[in-house]
Amino acid sequence: MVRVLDERGELDPASPPAPPDSELRYFYLWMLTVRTIDGRMMHLQRQGRIAFYGPITGQEATVVGSVAALGPQDWVFPALREYPAALMRGMPLSHLVHQCYGTALDVVRGRQMPCHYSSPAAHYVAMSSCIGTQVPHAVGAAMAARIRGEDTVAMAYMGDGATSEPDVHAALNFAGVYRAPVVLFCQNNGWAITVPVERQTAASRLVERAEAYGMPGVRVDGNDVLAVHRVTLQAVERARSGGGPTFIEAVTYRMLGHTTSDDPSRYRDPAEVEAWRGRDPLLRMRRFLEARGLWGDEEEAALLARVQAALNAAIEAAEAAPRPPLESLFDDVYAEPTPELERQLAEARGAGSREGAHG
Amino acid sequence: MATLNLLQAVNDALFTEMRRDERVVVFGEDVARAGGVFRTTDGLLKEFGEARVFDTPLAESGIIGIGVGMALYGLRPVAEIQFLDFIYPGFDQIVNEAAKMRYRSGGQFTCPMVIRAPYGGGIRGGHYHSQSTEAYFAHTSGLKVVIPSTPADAKGLLAASIRDPDPVIFLEPKHLYRSARGEVPEGEHVEPLGRARLVRRGEHVTLVAWGAMVPVCERSAEEAATEGVQVEVLDLRSLVPLDVDALLASVARTGRLVVVHEAARTAGFGAEVSALVAERAIEYLEAPIYRVTGYDTPFPFALENDYLPTPARVLDAVRQAVRY
Ligand SMILES: Cc1ncc(C[n+]2csc(CCOP(=O)(O)OP(=O)(O)O)c2C)c(N)n1
Ligand SMILES: [Mg+2]
Repeated sequence: MVRVLDERGELDPASPPAPPDSELRYFYLWMLTVRTIDGRMMHLQRQGRIAFYGPITGQEATVVGSVAALGPQDWVFPALREYPAALMRGMPLSHLVHQCYGTALDVVRGRQMPCHYSSPAAHYVAMSSCIGTQVPHAVGAAMAARIRGEDTVAMAYMGDGATSEPDVHAALNFAGVYRAPVVLFCQNNGWAITVPVERQTAASRLVERAEAYGMPGVRVDGNDVLAVHRVTLQAVERARSGGGPTFIEAVTYRMLGHTTSDDPSRYRDPAEVEAWRGRDPLLRMRRFLEARGLWGDEEEAALLARVQAALNAAIEAAEAAPRPPLESLFDDVYAEPTPELERQLAEARGAGSREGAHG
Repeated sequence: MATLNLLQAVNDALFTEMRRDERVVVFGEDVARAGGVFRTTDGLLKEFGEARVFDTPLAESGIIGIGVGMALYGLRPVAEIQFLDFIYPGFDQIVNEAAKMRYRSGGQFTCPMVIRAPYGGGIRGGHYHSQSTEAYFAHTSGLKVVIPSTPADAKGLLAASIRDPDPVIFLEPKHLYRSARGEVPEGEHVEPLGRARLVRRGEHVTLVAWGAMVPVCERSAEEAATEGVQVEVLDLRSLVPLDVDALLASVARTGRLVVVHEAARTAGFGAEVSALVAERAIEYLEAPIYRVTGYDTPFPFALENDYLPTPARVLDAVRQAVRY
């Protein structure tokens, strides 16, 4: 397993030099930002202000380190736990908050459950709840980029559970056969809701898939942002230079419940959770930065205040925003509504539905 | 009799049938150790052990495919799909394998399995935790499609589905899991498939529904009664086999039909119900047939309550039918 920073935040002396200071700070800044957003959104859900939330707490390094390895032209095909990709690549925080509230100002018009973001500007493709379905899309997009003579790389994220889905097998196989410029990035967080990864495969490591599909594979400490960044950078460069796909297994841990609908204490050993708490990706990076004089309490407090202020503003706006208009229910089913949809919209306008909507 | 909610009734049926018949096995994502994300399989692992109750990898085609194999080999598999929305990786195994095994082998091989799945809206689940796509399955010859709306029926119909010699898609209205409560017979309780339940008698209009739309229709019927309109409510309970006799008899009594379903209107099962009545009972009709349904859009999140038929929308249709 590739690792650069150990749990005390000390650099492996055998490793190549660390990235420049600004980049190191950038990694930590995003990890802390994301943890803060998660904490706040979880709280909003518990207060009944949003319907649902899927946290990534504990997995910040896998996402931030891998996303940072992408170029602006590259595309991201996310699963549930990759929203930092959208933010890091330019989606405003307000979009995230409006989406979770499902307001009229949500760019996807309140159509999806919370956490299902979409951002063309960030090349972050609208997410489906259906596990694994995005992975063949990434392979197809990568093939399309090559057909069009562009050097775009597609990044497919998936969970450990997703690797059991036939769509994912097909995607890995196609990626191998066509040597598609794609990175197949698996966040192995140990669990698929209540099912441990040992139930997903009898192989000892998910990364062994890579060999079976004829592509390089690498297993990395997912709580080590520097290691994740390094291996992803190599995979992206390989893809971009015509070297084909790479499968990355990032070993990490889902510190909280699967989503707000889940109580992990029902099925997880508290000792396991405690052991992983000691491997916290933020703590490790913070120690490393502090030792180099790159971060301290002052920077930490300033960042937290900035993120909370941005969240406050976004939440206030979302709570003041109207809900989406009835018409938005009928838009975007097709480019042009069918006559029947138009008829149904007229019916919906007149129906008891509006009065009954809240009763 | 015990008072149970629908979720507990499903659990009770699984316990009862597993105790009665050791060929019954239960499996799916999160069903064993955790007892299911909705807790419908709670306690089964403890009583029946890992050989008969097990968590599977995250792969619906695998879940349904091994179910077909187990059924071929003499077990009575009960496969859980976590949400109906996630059944589609296994669609091929359902439509081309489970549904056709008996026919393609001239009756030599059969597939007595049950695929249970929570379905329907009302839980703020957006596109992928809310859909009602019973029509896909009802359209496939060889499958039975069963949808309870009360705890007693959940138990009795699930038991009948498990004992049935053919594959059954058993859809559980998740919106009613906790809200539907009622008396449930203790011990073995079997409710034969293919018989509708007359929920309420009335002489003016027949409301036909299934699953979570049944209580919506009951509320409309109560409201209509205050306006002097007596509404009959028929819970189909199984779409395949369909109790056509009960449907036609009710329409013959009332002369008016409103069909209510959550699914999108176009090619929804309401179209089949309407066509049957038009073909076989048109002489009794005193008004056009009305459908109150979800719209022909994906299932929404924020506007869920605009999409789903409400008592008010159903009442609108009842009034139109009466005034026609
Ligand atoms: C096709 C499909 N089947 C089942 C589900 C229900 N479900 C949602 S998340 C999940 C587990 C996903 O596990 P994993 O891929 O490891 O991702 P993680 O949640 O751990 O990030 C399941 C079973 C689903 N969303 N889609
Ligand atoms: Mg996982």
